Amino acid sequence: MNLSQIVQYGLAGITVGSIYAITAIGFNIIYATTGVINFAQGEFLIVGAMTAISLSRIAPLPVAILGAVLITTVLGGLIEIVFIRPVKHASVLRLIVITIGLSILIREAMLHVWDEKVRSLPYFTGTPVSTVTILGAHISPQILWVLGVSAVIVVALTLFFRFTRTGRAMRACSDDRMAARLCGINDRWMVTLSFMLSAGIGAFAGCVISPVTQTQYDMGAPLAIKGFTVAIVGGLGNSMGAVAAGLFLGLLEALVMSQFATAYKDVVAIVVLLLILIFRPSGLFTRSDVSALRTV
Amino acid sequence: MRTRVAAILVVSVVVLGLVLSPGCKKSPTGTAPEAAAAEPIKVGAILAVTGPASFLGAPEKKTLEMFVEQINQAGGASGHKIELLIKDSGAKPENAISMAKQLIDEEKVLAIIGPSTSGETMAIKNICEEGKTILLSCAAAETIVNPVANQVFKTPQKDSDAARRIFEVMKDAGITKIGVITSNAGFGIAGGQQLQKLAPEYGVTIAISETYDKQETDLTGVLTKLKGAEVEAVVNWSIVPAQSLVAKNMRQIALDVPLFQSHGFGNIKYVEAGGEAANGTIFPCGRLLVADVLPDGHPQKKVLVKYKNDYESRYKEDASTFGGHAYDALLILTEAIKKAGSVEPEQVREAIENLQGVVGTGGVFNFSAQDHNGLDKDAFEVLTVKDGKFVVYEP
Repeated sequence: MNLSQIVQYGLAGITVGSIYAITAIGFNIIYATTGVINFAQGEFLIVGAMTAISLSRIAPLPVAILGAVLITTVLGGLIEIVFIRPVKHASVLRLIVITIGLSILIREAMLHVWDEKVRSLPYFTGTPVSTVTILGAHISPQILWVLGVSAVIVVALTLFFRFTRTGRAMRACSDDRMAARLCGINDRWMVTLSFMLSAGIGAFAGCVISPVTQTQYDMGAPLAIKGFTVAIVGGLGNSMGAVAAGLFLGLLEALVMSQFATAYKDVVAIVVLLLILIFRPSGLFTRSDVSALRTV
Repeated sequence: MRTRVAAILVVSVVVLGLVLSPGCKKSPTGTAPEAAAAEPIKVGAILAVTGPASFLGAPEKKTLEMFVEQINQAGGASGHKIELLIKDSGAKPENAISMAKQLIDEEKVLAIIGPSTSGETMAIKNICEEGKTILLSCAAAETIVNPVANQVFKTPQKDSDAARRIFEVMKDAGITKIGVITSNAGFGIAGGQQLQKLAPEYGVTIAISETYDKQETDLTGVLTKLKGAEVEAVVNWSIVPAQSLVAKNMRQIALDVPLFQSHGFGNIKYVEAGGEAANGTIFPCGRLLVADVLPDGHPQKKVLVKYKNDYESRYKEDASTFGGHAYDALLILTEAIKKAGSVEPEQVREAIENLQGVVGTGGVFNFSAQDHNGLDKDAFEVLTVKDGKFVVYEP
């Protein structure tokens, strides 16, 4: 194998890895506030992309994406208020089961609002055939967009959770909801806010990857499964870890593909997930004492 | 406790409503007096209207609804109105199995049209055989009718013929070393086997053959592998949206060799989703997509143009060859009923085996006891994409 081929496999890994990573980020926000894994996260991506595709017929692309992010954000808030908030004695497990139900509900609703056809947003820069050449290997410019947007989201989220009052309040809710309430934090709205934020980020992610992956009403679940794997490998609640883990898993899959039959690459993803769950449940990039604190 | 009982009651009522609603549907009222005398015929259809194969099932359902309405308005098949029962399998074989049992045992249908996918068809092949119910599959894999099963027919062209047309083009273009990628669904697996089997006949070597998951969202990895093997052409065999991904990903990694696809590519949506990258894709296909440019004397021209215009004016979307497969299935059934002059299942089945020269959207059907497909490789035209449109391929 020559250099350009090795680089090409690397870029193929980064391509899938970046899609995994940007999907995984959304899981972390709701988890960081409530400890709940939102299995409807994949659907938020598709709702966002579908809305943007519809809006892009009447508005320029940036406006359409912004509109789609706002609409999905509101939808995320409404879903929390209608389906999550009224649940009495909400155990984490019960809420997770509700999110599974929600994902089916949203998926079927999308089938009726749109239809079963495959759509996609136009490429942000260039066309489906344009490529960027790196060391004799090629990559779609859209992947650079996916990476760039992931980076911006991660930095923005880190700043938000560290330095803003609302961000800190959300983290406080996750650590100890009762204590947070005693400090005067409106914990109910913090949960709503986390759903809105995660829906909005999901929608943005869905728009950015739509030119590459294409968008169909039932694509949320397969995206969410990989995103979920990556979120766990990176350490739940850790956005930076999610991006690193996404790229790691993408590169690992590319490595497997270069040596063995393509069919084995998903086996690798599942094996990695199992190994992490058995030996390092806190994730590759989160210190175990930090995650232990969270579950107290 | 009381609320729980109430909740259970509400749920039961809703479920009952769902179960009963199709039965309560008003049966179509006949206008022609002679039709009122003949009993309506029940025809079942198991189609993947939703789910990953919805691009097959959705146009098939629309086509059947339109065609049944046309037949019934014209007085039915030999005076019998057709009562169509469409079931949405979501492309899941396990759903298809229970639906087939229900249609055969409870509804006692004369024939079942569908399923849309090869995997589902193979799953219910024996059920129809044992239930003595005619199955007119809209799925492509050759194993459906080879070996021949008494009750089982299919309308799409054979995948071995599709492979032959692809290899003919390659032979003319001097391509000898190719890479094959297939999806891990029934259609992809069956197509991959045909390619492997027929390649030597045309002097083509398959340097590398890979399978990918049908829900894959990116294929640059597997294409990188093909690029490393220095293939002269890529053949992709799948019915999933991956068909436009392949086109895009190939261009993105600068794998600049011809791309061949199967007859699964015959939906303009894939061209739209693939954008500029889809240009130049070569694939064998039925003539529906080029109906407008067929010479006037072509035997299929009239049927194709009528179906296309009817479908497009009614549903405001482009007709696809897949809807055409359902059209052909119902056409063959009604022609057989006319020929048999009866709605006795066994007589209708025998009539299908004796049908000759039935002009459908997929080709001209000539059935026999040995050939339950009735089409040959001339049913395919080799097409390509030029400026986002399907045109006849010219080397």
